[in-house]
Amino acid sequence: MSSMLSSALRNLPVSSAWAAGALARSLSCSSQFQAAVQPKTKKTLGKTGVKNVVVVEGVRIPFLQSGTTYADLMPHDLARAALQGLLTRTSVPRDVVDYIVYGTVIQEVKTSNVAREAALGAGFSDKTPAHTVTMACISSNQAMTTGVGMIAAGQCDVVVAGGVELMSDVPIRHSRKMRKTMLTLNRAKTLGQKLSLISKIRPDYFAPELPAVAEFSTSETMGHSADRLAAAFGVSRQEQDEYALRSHTLAKKAQDEGLLQDVVPFKVPGKDTVTKDNGIRPSSMEQMGKLKPAFVKPYGTVTAANSSFLTDGASAILIMSEEKALAMGYKPKAYLRDFVYVSQDPKDQLLLGPTYATPKVLERAGLSLSDIDVFEFHEAFAGQILANLKAMDSDWFAQNYMGRKSKVGAPSLDKFNTWGGSLSLGHPFGATGCRLVITAAHRLKKEGGQYGLVAACAAGGQGHAMIVELYPQ
Amino acid sequence: MPAVTSPPPVPSRAEPTSAVISKEMLLSCDSIHQIPRSIQLPVVQVNTLSKQLSAEFTDVMNEIWANEAVRSAVLISSKPGSFIAGADLNMLEACKTAQEVTQLSQDGQKMLEKIENSPKPVVAAISGSCLGGGLEVAIACHYRVATKDRKTVLGTPEVLLGLLPGAGGTQRLPKMVGLPAAFDMMLTGRNIRADRAKKMGLVDQLVEPLGPGLKTPEARTIEYLEEVAIGFARGLANKTVSAKRSRGLMQRLTDYAMALPFVRQQVYKTVESKVQKQTKGLYPAPLKIIEVVKTGLDQGNDAGYLTEAQSFGQLAVTKESKALMGLYRGQVHCKKNKFGTPQKEVKTLAVLGAGLMGAGIAQVSVDKGIKTLLKDTAQKGLDRGQQQVYKGLNSKVKKKSMTSFERDSILSNLMGQLDYKGFEKADMVIEAVFEDINVKHKVLKEVEAVIPAHCIFASNTSALPISQIAAASKRPEKVIGMHYFSPVDKMQLLEIITTDKTSQDTAASAVAVGLKQGKVVIVVKDGPGFYTTRCLGPMLSEVVRVLQEGIDPKKVDAISTAFGFPVGAATLIDEVGVDVATHVAEDLGKAFGERFGGGSIDLFKLMVQKGFLGRKAGKGFYVYQEGVKNRSVNSGMDEILEKFRVPANPDVCSDEDIQMRLVTRFVNEAAMCLQEGILSSPVEGDIGAVFGLGFPPCLGGPFRFADSYGARQLVDKLRKYEAVYGSQFTPCQLLLDHASSPSKKFHQ
Repeated sequence: MSSMLSSALRNLPVSSAWAAGALARSLSCSSQFQAAVQPKTKKTLGKTGVKNVVVVEGVRIPFLQSGTTYADLMPHDLARAALQGLLTRTSVPRDVVDYIVYGTVIQEVKTSNVAREAALGAGFSDKTPAHTVTMACISSNQAMTTGVGMIAAGQCDVVVAGGVELMSDVPIRHSRKMRKTMLTLNRAKTLGQKLSLISKIRPDYFAPELPAVAEFSTSETMGHSADRLAAAFGVSRQEQDEYALRSHTLAKKAQDEGLLQDVVPFKVPGKDTVTKDNGIRPSSMEQMGKLKPAFVKPYGTVTAANSSFLTDGASAILIMSEEKALAMGYKPKAYLRDFVYVSQDPKDQLLLGPTYATPKVLERAGLSLSDIDVFEFHEAFAGQILANLKAMDSDWFAQNYMGRKSKVGAPSLDKFNTWGGSLSLGHPFGATGCRLVITAAHRLKKEGGQYGLVAACAAGGQGHAMIVELYPQ
Repeated sequence: MPAVTSPPPVPSRAEPTSAVISKEMLLSCDSIHQIPRSIQLPVVQVNTLSKQLSAEFTDVMNEIWANEAVRSAVLISSKPGSFIAGADLNMLEACKTAQEVTQLSQDGQKMLEKIENSPKPVVAAISGSCLGGGLEVAIACHYRVATKDRKTVLGTPEVLLGLLPGAGGTQRLPKMVGLPAAFDMMLTGRNIRADRAKKMGLVDQLVEPLGPGLKTPEARTIEYLEEVAIGFARGLANKTVSAKRSRGLMQRLTDYAMALPFVRQQVYKTVESKVQKQTKGLYPAPLKIIEVVKTGLDQGNDAGYLTEAQSFGQLAVTKESKALMGLYRGQVHCKKNKFGTPQKEVKTLAVLGAGLMGAGIAQVSVDKGIKTLLKDTAQKGLDRGQQQVYKGLNSKVKKKSMTSFERDSILSNLMGQLDYKGFEKADMVIEAVFEDINVKHKVLKEVEAVIPAHCIFASNTSALPISQIAAASKRPEKVIGMHYFSPVDKMQLLEIITTDKTSQDTAASAVAVGLKQGKVVIVVKDGPGFYTTRCLGPMLSEVVRVLQEGIDPKKVDAISTAFGFPVGAATLIDEVGVDVATHVAEDLGKAFGERFGGGSIDLFKLMVQKGFLGRKAGKGFYVYQEGVKNRSVNSGMDEILEKFRVPANPDVCSDEDIQMRLVTRFVNEAAMCLQEGILSSPVEGDIGAVFGLGFPPCLGGPFRFADSYGARQLVDKLRKYEAVYGSQFTPCQLLLDHASSPSKKFHQ
């Protein structure tokens, strides 16, 4: 009851802009009390019987283009740096952390549970269990919601979630034939057996197997699918280039104005301290226009400049039950509210996750699109974002493919990724989700909003959306 | 399209072909919309299409050439699924003489020449079938963009109708894809998928089909194809795009070699001997194609085009071409469900028996999206059956016509089981268990205890009368026969057998399932051996007699293939299985008596005793060994054949007589099936004989053969053999009727 009370008290109006919001949803406290205390605020999204989960802090090491400063590190090094950054920033006592969850996509085989390896190296208690999740580009979203679930279920109070990706180094394997020979060789007992096995090796055995950024089910690369998606929604090259330029421009501005507070410096062994993202490069339409299509050649519209680039990076976020955070004296940044995962056809709707997830999460939270003050969408490709915006704004699509009566509507660009996005900041697959959430929290505070909506698409035709609510100031 | 040549091997013939020419301006995009951007050619009856479309097309092209604002043009069909699927058969059949057809061909050649010589680039935007005349239009254009989907196929199927590409195709194709590939296309008539076409140089660019956007995937894909094609048309006009293809080293070497007359002669010779070997000289079209191509390459374009038009005319009036066109029409006819739409679609199918047949039926069902329960009585048999389905699908993965993911998701709809679990949800059960009436009755009763009321029980039997099977049923109106042919995934025919009690809806449902499985379906009345097995019976009996008369199996095979049968008669018995043949021969012998006699059934019985069961046992008339191509005659048969030796009458033992003895018995029995109402039409009789039994396609089936050979002559032959062998050759009344009035034909 005490937590309910405190939660209600925190719902005092903090901004006059919120006054317009209607009190449509029953609150976590008695309505009588609520009505008396805060008549003129937007509702808060707490639910009876469900623990409030808050974000205390979130950080990330600078996102770098792959093959640059992080090139010689291993994934757990990056994750470790993010975890250390979080520890430094929050001074959370190590033994308080109940659990660690990390997301990653392309696994380094030596550290397949990268969460554990990173946590050990980052100085967390060796008594804190850790596991790794994978769900393509929404892996760290999955890490966070796993943590939310553990807290809501009363199993944990303090969870560190995060994500990491190192695209500078990916596992390149021997061919299957070669692997088979090598494994059989292990079992060969006599020299004769060994020699006879070795004599079977042919030149083609040496051809390596590269990991592809392609769907296993369709064998189509994601860029190719994005190009087809853009074409399906009639998104032009010009629109895509303009959107990419906007992303870079806004990111540059945010970087220059010091808004990207989630970035923590990383002293790379043998190299200088990295302090900022290095993929932000506002160009010009002319420059971008010169690029050739990267996937659908020679007439496609998706180019290197309007796609997110291969990125190295890691992020970490500290989430707690609200009582615990308050008890420890923290001032939380935001609530993590309703979230959904969706999935659809991995061939033709590979990257439409946000379109499916957005109306669903809004419905769950009892909000409409206009209630949202801040949108943080993962930008895989400019064409993908624009196609999603068009899909969300189409009654035809909503009725024929989503089984809905009408469209949810497209977010206003004034509220949309205004501090840049994956196109400009970079997109370390496993780490982007945490960046989206913490950026939404920071933007809500800075811009005086209450609700943020985070959405992302992922390989496999999946998607995710979550409502982030500013913690009352 | 005028004078374009052949129809597609798809049943879209009834729909008239329409084409849209969209004009592309070099002005800004906005100004394109100010004038009509595309002109829809009127959709008219196909048989008048020739002249009218030609005129319309010429008008549009003239306008394009005259209008200075137009710099290039895109040729695109407004109908998804079909670019131009070929010309109409009626148009060709309406022609009385070879000269008329030649004239049509020449008109087409002229029109396409105009496109080829157009100063403004013309781009063909291809989606859907681009076959025959459609392909000829496409290759006359300067550039080709095609959608990379399953529906988009390119090809020259004219040869399958006994024709050749008659609108310049024989001349342009070799220059475009090289001589060997062009011969392959024109002589096999095979369909080429878009991605393969790109590799061959047949199309210049591919467009991936799009998913849903703000319109349906189909509509948006066509629109996108047009946008992309316009982009290339503009590029060609601006000279920023070159129509010249970069050729690989291999291709350049081949082209270089083909430019040498000596090498070319070698190629002609090789191809010719191959064609001779495969067609036995029974099909004139392939040889004409080689000749026409040769003329063009050796004597220049003018001579080439002229020969093409003349040969096209000559071929169109041959009886082979008429037979093949008849088969094509028959096939289209047998792809329709004359019983209408069934009340309930079959979504769950249960197959009893996972043998060769059962697994084959399961394969062609599950890959069409029907949930399939495959039941057997033993784990080992079930495993074998499931492996057969897997292998069948996996071979498509290896050929890249299916992805491994598609294979897996198809297989997830196949339930292998030993019990009747899930049968309560089955809409249809097809049994393919051992051919024994008691076994059939047993499973029928077991199945009826577990299936829902609406479920249909179909029996895959080759000879047991369905009414006999249905006698054990509580609901005979739901019992029907579905006779598949082995191997099920390769053989196109399905013979459906209805009894007097079978309901219309049951028949409609069985036909619908057959069509969904991709089969050509004939529906016949119940009776011993139905139609196909019954026709085969007398012929095989005659084969045995011929063997007994001392003709060795190799010779029998040679004689029958020389007549046009794809498989030799002795080999056919090995393929069917001697035990099965014995079984069927006994049954039919009992039912029809003396008429089915001839060869001694004891010869078969002895073969079974010795284990010479045919291919499946490794020994029959021949010895079969894994990996050995040239099989040898089974020496163990000498003794048996010697034992059953009968004297031969030299009057009826020439090669031709032997051929006619086999064929007349076949045709006579087929006619009797029509006479008795087992068959409802000669068309179905022809289709069943050709697609199920390998009756020579060049003859078009037993009924077309009776028409072209002459019923009178046929009866004469029968009488001649009757005099020697007796009642087995007694012509049936229907044939006698036709013989006595020459105007009577099975096919009008």
